[in-house]
Amino acid sequence: MVEWTDFERNTIQDIFSRIEYDVVGPAALARCLVVYPWTQRYFGGFGNLYNAAAIKGNPMVSKHGTTILNGLERAVKNMDDITNTYAELSVLHSEKLHVDPDNFKLLADCLTIVVAAQLGNEFTGEVQAAFQKFLAVVVSALGRQYR
Amino acid sequence: SLSEKNKAAVKALWSKIGKSSDAIGNDALSRMIVVYPQTKTYFSHWPEVTPGSPHIKAHGKKVMGGIALAVTKIDDLKTGLSELSEQHAYKLRVDPANFKTLNHCILVVISTMFPKEFTPEAHVSLDKFLSGVALALADRYR
Repeated sequence: MVEWTDFERNTIQDIFSRIEYDVVGPAALARCLVVYPWTQRYFGGFGNLYNAAAIKGNPMVSKHGTTILNGLERAVKNMDDITNTYAELSVLHSEKLHVDPDNFKLLADCLTIVVAAQLGNEFTGEVQAAFQKFLAVVVSALGRQYR
Repeated sequence: SLSEKNKAAVKALWSKIGKSSDAIGNDALSRMIVVYPQTKTYFSHWPEVTPGSPHIKAHGKKVMGGIALAVTKIDDLKTGLSELSEQHAYKLRVDPANFKTLNHCILVVISTMFPKEFTPEAHVSLDKFLSGVALALADRYR
């Protein structure tokens, strides 16, 4: 089981209470599709992903970005049992979506960058460490059911 | 490899952020030793390894000086950074995995300091550039 300090718990709750899911989610997913274009392989049905402007303006990307953040909220609300909370989602990403789990880390890095932009100098090293630890646990849980 | 568009984007971004390179270096290194404590092992020869300390500030400045040099050598990073690569290979012997770690911290700092300029387009070009720098730095390792 993952041990969380009070600082880490408070930091994660605080970040997720402050960010707008329908801003941060779309921004993080769009950034991932631009910075790591091979991730576009999973979004063949999303229409025009031809360039950065198209990606940013794509309504399916935006909707999915928001979906992802709502999915993350489940982990935020169940920090002491993220592995089990995500068991079904892990199976989904493995068996149905066939996403290479390495991609979760790429999206996590983009999420870190976007949240950093939102929080500015409040995104201190300690806050970054807590956020990245949270995302690492999420990434690990999502990859858990792969076989 | 870096396209002409990537190179132009890096130079354009650097023209805006370059004058803050000391602050960026300090923040990136300070952040790195907090988020990735294992990186402190490279600084055991300092009296203390803490964020914002004089050693970290000076070292951040040095590292960003290397990045600034790399921007001027963007058309041939391998040749342009060969001396630095020798230094890292034979003297410093930093495991190249750490270049990626520090690069990530640099990107996070730039995102906090220049959120408007650090668009996804600027991000992809800078990430490619920093990856190229890391590759060039590791060139003489073996």
